[in-house]
Amino acid sequence: MEFMVATAVGVMTAGGIYLVLRARTYPVVLGLTLLSYAVNVFLFAMGRLTINKPPVISDFAAGYTDPLPQALVLTAIVISFGMTALIVAMALRSYLESDSDHVDVPLPGESQGKDAQ
Amino acid sequence: MNHWVILPILLPALVAPLIALAMRFDIVLARIFSVASASLLVVLACILMAMAYDGSVHSYALGNWVAPFGIVLVLDRLSAMMVLLTSVIGLAVLLYAINGWDKRGAHFHSLYQFQLMGINGAFLTGDVFNLFVFFEVLLIASYGLMLHGGGSLRVKAGVQYVAINLIGSTLFLFAVGLIYSVTGTLNMADLAVGVRDTPAGDQALLHTGAVLLLLVFAVKAALVPVQFWLPGTYANAPAPVAALFAIMTKVGAYSIIRVYTLIFGGTSGEVAWVAEPWLMPAALVTLVIGAFGVLAARSLGQMVSFAVISSMGTLLAAVGVFEREAMAAALYYMIHSTLAGAALFLVVDLVTERRPGHGDLLVVAPRFAQAGLISAFFFLAAIAMAGLPPLSGFVGKLLILDAVRDTPQVVWLWGLILATSLIIIIGFARGGSTLFWKSTAQPGEIASKVPAGTLPYVALGVLVAGTVLMTVFAGPVMQYLEETAYQLFNPGDYQSAVLFGGLAGGR
Repeated sequence: MEFMVATAVGVMTAGGIYLVLRARTYPVVLGLTLLSYAVNVFLFAMGRLTINKPPVISDFAAGYTDPLPQALVLTAIVISFGMTALIVAMALRSYLESDSDHVDVPLPGESQGKDAQ
Repeated sequence: MNHWVILPILLPALVAPLIALAMRFDIVLARIFSVASASLLVVLACILMAMAYDGSVHSYALGNWVAPFGIVLVLDRLSAMMVLLTSVIGLAVLLYAINGWDKRGAHFHSLYQFQLMGINGAFLTGDVFNLFVFFEVLLIASYGLMLHGGGSLRVKAGVQYVAINLIGSTLFLFAVGLIYSVTGTLNMADLAVGVRDTPAGDQALLHTGAVLLLLVFAVKAALVPVQFWLPGTYANAPAPVAALFAIMTKVGAYSIIRVYTLIFGGTSGEVAWVAEPWLMPAALVTLVIGAFGVLAARSLGQMVSFAVISSMGTLLAAVGVFEREAMAAALYYMIHSTLAGAALFLVVDLVTERRPGHGDLLVVAPRFAQAGLISAFFFLAAIAMAGLPPLSGFVGKLLILDAVRDTPQVVWLWGLILATSLIIIIGFARGGSTLFWKSTAQPGEIASKVPAGTLPYVALGVLVAGTVLMTVFAGPVMQYLEETAYQLFNPGDYQSAVLFGGLAGGR
């Protein structure tokens, strides 16, 4: 299981980094999503990989699994989900307003006059 | 328990939704509440400052859960100072914005309050994961503010800004996960203990986590090699927002100072001063790149952005020495560069609004309205930023140069800080003469419909007066900062206040 989790984090991070470095917004958004998946699994594994243990100390269980990383992952999921939605909306608006989905910003002076205040 | 500590977070957190829900369509009421809240924040920050002035550390256990199990807010000299700086900049920029900027899009005031809440929270928290959460609060608010007013260029720059910060957040989580996995805690005071007691087998993981965390804060502080987002973002953001963002890079600098003196400081065994070999070279390169950017800038906004990058380089180079005197000088420079940077961004906006068709591009154009007054403000702010006497930039750089005299890197620091100062002076002289001086030779005058009002000049006056006060009262300010630096390098009080004081104060 350790191998599986480790490769999953590694592959998703590598794919995420590759996609984030692309020049168009859609791959970048996909890359950010992959990165956030990778970090969620990673955080989860940071509380050590335990199976079939409750996240609380209880008299009826032999041990417990660390609940804190699970709480951290929940927070991270909420934030990254919301932020992904935001960047999708922004990327769409950027595409609609400038007719190009390139990530680059033109240098000052190149699009003079077209820029609204 | 002393409840003052949480109020700088609570007040904007309550005012923001109130404005968003109850005053959506009433800009006058929203302005009144927003300004009232920002003014109250200044008062609160002064009270916190008075509390921290005697060197005591106040720990506030949220929900009365005892540290390290609960989350704590901690007030010490450094955080009190940063909250005061935030509130002053916040009020000044808000006064500028209510002269018309806030009407160009929805929800300016509630986003602004959320932004202040996030920044204050980041300065006050004593927990690494909570720091992540407050980073997100201030970032989410800043995304909204950055897009305020719209425009295709701005949205495009906004996408970049959001993407780089999402990557930064991901890195933050990786770093926090690594550090938690070996220490089993995220409370900063407790981490200092946990890091010291980390077994030898886990040192590599801890080291990786520590350096990753430095990279995250470097993204926020716009340090090379992750500085490239700043010019695009700041130059394309609405001017009042860019002025407020001048404090946001300092959140990164504050986090570096806090984490790498408290957690990875002198008592942390193998990872002691882990930031030292990375921070100094990166800061020096940042300094040089910023200076060349100032020289190569095509617009005034870009020029000021690169000047901010350069000032971050100066600041973090002094921090990177990790000595008490250099830290005090760095803190002085931090306050100064925030005020000067914010003032310059407001000047950029004044110029842009009065030159329709030319904007803030560095091209010669006919005179514009109120050029004399604006050029005077530009002159003062640029002098402060470049570090010419008599304003606080000069004092700040002098203090830094004096403090690093006995360090092994003195040649690099002296050489680069002095050389870049010259380059920045040339850059600003060139920009100023193109915009203000050469325009007098041009026939005619640009007509522009500029909203009348003295508020922008009041806001600008507050910021410039801040740098003047920093110069006049450099002695008392430095005394405070030297004691702050002493507190930073002797974190025993901080740790005992958080780990044991919270218990005593809570019951």
